Amino acid sequence: MAKKEYAFYPGCSSQLKASASNYLVSVNSMCEKLDIKMTEIPDWNCCGASVGYGEGGELPRLAISARNFALAEQHLPGQDVVATCAACWLASRETIERLDASAELMKETNEALAAAGLTYRGQVQARHMVEVLIDDLGYEELAKPVSNPLEGLKIAGYVGCQTNRPFGIAGESFENPMYLDKLVETLGAESLPKYEQKVTCCGGALAFSEPDKSQKQIRDIVESAYDHGADLIVTPCPLCQANVEVYQSEINKKQGTKFAMPVTYYSQLMTVAYGGTHKEAGLDGHIIAPGKLEEIAAKGGKK
Amino acid sequence: MSDLNTQAVERYRNNFLKEVEENVEEGHWVKMCMQCGVCSGSCPFGPHWEHPPQEIFMMIRAGKRDEVLASDSMWMCTSCYNCIVRCPRKLPITHIMHGLANYAHRLGIAPKGQPTREFAKLFWDNMMKKGRVNEMKLTIGHYFRNGIGAGIKEAMAMKDVGLGMLKAKRLNPMELAGGHGLKDLKGFHAMVAKAKEIEDRKKGFVK
Amino acid sequence: MSEMKTAAYICKGCGLGERLDAAQLSKVAQKEGKANLVREHDFLCSAAGVQMIRDDIEKEAVTHVAIAACSRRAKAEAFWFPTVAMARANLREGVIWSQPDTDEAREGTQEMADDYVRMACAEVKRMKLPAGNTETGHNKRLLVVGGGVSGMTAAIEASNTGYQVVLVEKSGSLGGWGARLWKRIPFQEPLKDPVETGVTDMIDRIGADPNIKVYLNATLAKTTGAPGRFAAEIAVESGSVAMEEVGAIVQASGFGTYDIAELPELGGGKSPDVVDQAGLEKLAVEAAARGQPIRRPSDGGEIRTVAFVQCAGQRDDTGRHLPYCSGFCCSTSIKQAMYFKDVNPAVDTVVIYTDLRVPGSGEDFYRSGQEKGVTFTKGKVTGVEPGSKGCTVKFHDLILNDKDAAIQADLVVLATGQVPNSGVNVDIPEEEAAKMEVKPVSILNLDYRQGRDLPQLRHGFTDSHFICFPYETRRTGIYAAGPVRRPMDMAQAVEDATGATLKAIQAVENAELGRAAHPRSGDLSFPSFRRDGCTQCKRCTVECPFGAIDEDEQRYPLFNESRCRRCGTCMGACPVRVISFENYSVDTVGSQIKAVDMPDEFSEKPRILLLACENDAYPALDMAGMNRIQYSAFVRVIPVRCLGSVNTIWITDALNSGYDGVMLMGCKHGDEYQCHFVKGSELANYRMSKIDDTLKQLALETERVATYEVAITDIERVPQLINNYAAKINEIGLSPLKGFA
Repeated sequence: MAKKEYAFYPGCSSQLKASASNYLVSVNSMCEKLDIKMTEIPDWNCCGASVGYGEGGELPRLAISARNFALAEQHLPGQDVVATCAACWLASRETIERLDASAELMKETNEALAAAGLTYRGQVQARHMVEVLIDDLGYEELAKPVSNPLEGLKIAGYVGCQTNRPFGIAGESFENPMYLDKLVETLGAESLPKYEQKVTCCGGALAFSEPDKSQKQIRDIVESAYDHGADLIVTPCPLCQANVEVYQSEINKKQGTKFAMPVTYYSQLMTVAYGGTHKEAGLDGHIIAPGKLEEIAAKGGKK
Repeated sequence: MSDLNTQAVERYRNNFLKEVEENVEEGHWVKMCMQCGVCSGSCPFGPHWEHPPQEIFMMIRAGKRDEVLASDSMWMCTSCYNCIVRCPRKLPITHIMHGLANYAHRLGIAPKGQPTREFAKLFWDNMMKKGRVNEMKLTIGHYFRNGIGAGIKEAMAMKDVGLGMLKAKRLNPMELAGGHGLKDLKGFHAMVAKAKEIEDRKKGFVK
Repeated sequence: MSEMKTAAYICKGCGLGERLDAAQLSKVAQKEGKANLVREHDFLCSAAGVQMIRDDIEKEAVTHVAIAACSRRAKAEAFWFPTVAMARANLREGVIWSQPDTDEAREGTQEMADDYVRMACAEVKRMKLPAGNTETGHNKRLLVVGGGVSGMTAAIEASNTGYQVVLVEKSGSLGGWGARLWKRIPFQEPLKDPVETGVTDMIDRIGADPNIKVYLNATLAKTTGAPGRFAAEIAVESGSVAMEEVGAIVQASGFGTYDIAELPELGGGKSPDVVDQAGLEKLAVEAAARGQPIRRPSDGGEIRTVAFVQCAGQRDDTGRHLPYCSGFCCSTSIKQAMYFKDVNPAVDTVVIYTDLRVPGSGEDFYRSGQEKGVTFTKGKVTGVEPGSKGCTVKFHDLILNDKDAAIQADLVVLATGQVPNSGVNVDIPEEEAAKMEVKPVSILNLDYRQGRDLPQLRHGFTDSHFICFPYETRRTGIYAAGPVRRPMDMAQAVEDATGATLKAIQAVENAELGRAAHPRSGDLSFPSFRRDGCTQCKRCTVECPFGAIDEDEQRYPLFNESRCRRCGTCMGACPVRVISFENYSVDTVGSQIKAVDMPDEFSEKPRILLLACENDAYPALDMAGMNRIQYSAFVRVIPVRCLGSVNTIWITDALNSGYDGVMLMGCKHGDEYQCHFVKGSELANYRMSKIDDTLKQLALETERVATYEVAITDIERVPQLINNYAAKINEIGLSPLKGFA
């Protein structure tokens, strides 16, 4: 199989020493195992994320996303832009949709880009890493490198919002997407397809500004995972991961619960199943250590 | 009342719907709402909105300009996009709510001290400094938004979370000093300034 | 007539051979059923099996055939022998599929099958091959009453299909309400803008069509006859009277608008600036003629804001106004708002509604209205107060829950409803009608025993079977179309009139062949009556749901067979049992009841007679069998054409001959009726409510007769009802009358 190449848009949270740095570590390991070549878009910038609207307005937001596309077109021509962060992907997809629909906005966006000496020709496709895995490789291909199956693990697939709505993964429903469950099964673990909080909002950026309201959401998400007997939660979104993992201690403190539900990325599961080590899978980056996954990783490392 | 707001009021007189259609992102969709209420019932923060989206649309049509723009409702949006995918009329409700919040913020009549409004501004300003978000500064900035005293209290309350993140190497105090940044920061700034200039001109935000 | 020769055929296919003792069934047919010929076959509905029967009919001169196989609802094409009388014993769905395949059950199952063979043999001997109604009519012209969009559509469609039409219109011109509209709602893509009504084209087409004869300023002075031979006396305003012979009638007499003067609280009748939708059409037509926008009626001032008040005097629960929704008015208000928006987008048009109902493609039209900037406000209007310049419309905003919302409007349009123009309510006695303030004027002036117009159901709309056959009225050969039948818009009226026209064409074709119309379409049997036994009690003439029976000069019933739907309600009504059909009579059913082998009082084997409506209850039982839902082996089922045809003699005979209980299953009755014959089920229920006296006379418990309303979908419920009833019989014990018969 020919090596697949993509223009990589890692996003702010995946940077070194940022909140999802371990996501990046595991994505790199996973891509290596799957022979996917990711080339970072040179000098990429922030997408504006989901609260960028407040101060940013419409055109500045479109312009910052378009800057990334312009850079990708210039330096990595013909390659799809692949984001690992849900918000980065969403902002990119939205920008493409708006600019495709309006010649006026496209013209104005390029007027702004010109101030940075750039042009966007409207040829970029923005995709999420999960789409690459499912659409370009497929579950069968993803099963091939499995050398250390995640046997005995019960995993709640928490899809969250922004990889699911409004664009979502092709062929999946907004109300009950199944791709994480299928992926979990592919890796030899047990999926919990009836986990009813799989598309519940974690509060997103409002976990900062409206902590109580958000923590109620997070409590539901974690509690349901316990109800279904999950050993851990898996998610494709860095903000979901951070919110659901780090606020459990807060909820415990305020509400007397005893939550300690690990929350991992799909890429971490894949890295471990593909025989990667604890470090390669970024398992050192957790506040709530995914004990059972660590055990399996240790087994794989010995092989 | 800010100058921008006074201008807008004078320009549109009693036609708030027209004002929204011309100045609010995706505002031209407001008239297409058929008042089914699915958006309000689908919102994770629904109970916390003083006026859920369905009502906001009705209020716009009824010309209730001040009640809408000064409302804290739109700032309750978590950007989960549930309303968008469920709307039978396919209104981009999330974007309209963002657009209304932004418009109210630009006019200076959004509720003062609204936490999400403050956080959104902090986020954008943080991002603008280097072209990428500096999470450490964002976090510190957020906790100290109400002054040093309140900030220490809030930060102490959240210290377990922070320490956990530090231990997991996912929050780094060294970032305060420098952090990631764009090489062509100058071009980035010029581009955003230009975009803002075009948008302000279009929407009549010229003082 | 050739001599009767009966043959019984026992099928052993579909598991019948394994579950039942076929030799025993043959013996029953021969010994007890007295069949002249008995044959068994492994696969009776196969080509060979059918050929065997056919050969017997041809070579052995068999005239009466009893087929003991599956339900009469199955294999009707295979077992199609139009030259002989035929009965079916339902051994498959009714016996082996509804009984458990166990050793304990075997005896009861065989007894059931034996009885059904006895019953089929007994029944078929009392049947005659229907010869067809000789009272045929051959006129195939259609009379269309009303020259609006519905009536004109009916006339054009009939002519296009090759039938001649007589069109009678009360006013001086064709077109009806449609001709008074400025534009209409679009019927097809693009569903964006109001379009030309097309009414002028229709009028021109009718004028140029030699197949269509039009009477203007004309009404029906008298209508007599039956399908295929109606005679209409047409009174023209000038004083002349014309006679026209027709085969069927389409009544498209349309509607009137609800008077806005009845709505003073909404400003109706209080200001020229408050109009109804018809009033707005008039303003629009006048404005177009002037080539100017619509002006404020009171002073000719400019119109800046128009308010449309939906459900004005409609969907009213106070009892003062129309209780129903007229269905067209939401779309009409959207269309009328576009009259303003299309000319000047700056005019504010506000539609105040509680539920916007825009059926069908109306949804796209609604969207187009929104795109054009028509404002839709969910609210309930509490009052309209006319002022010097326009009106104040006060409403309760239902979204914002603002009880004191108000807008200023230069013009207020009240969306009032349709009031059907259906003539005289035949259910109101003439003397009472004479006392009414506004005397109803008959549309058809039928010379029928049961009254001058089509019977009505609710709110003055003509009665029709809403679910199954909406065009059928309760007068055979007369079809209601358009808003006289139910409230509707123009697109629906066009469709409705087309459907009614096709039904009218069917009716004239059936009438010519002496066959029944819907729902026993094609049935050649018809009621005959034995004059010398008749006591002139008039029950049949009063109770016939279709007004088919008049009275002659000597006050004997006068059957108009072509008007008859063959339900047998007259047969059920007749206290002296002089009414019968060739293949369905008091005797065909009575003999089946008596044919059942009645175990003695010590057997612990009760027998329950179930008289099941063949339209709903019997198919439900068949489907229960198909689903292998079991029910008591003590029940014996006899299908009846309609519960209305059940004569109480069957009940008393059954009880006298030792049955322990009688169940009657018919369709839902009342305003939401599902009875195929409209009144049959209701009448049966009424008759059975009087059966208690008979039971007391016989010293029997009232539980021994039970009546049920069932639907065709009650596949699980019907067996449950049987089982519950069997348990009840077990509780009260076997009939004390056993053994006396």
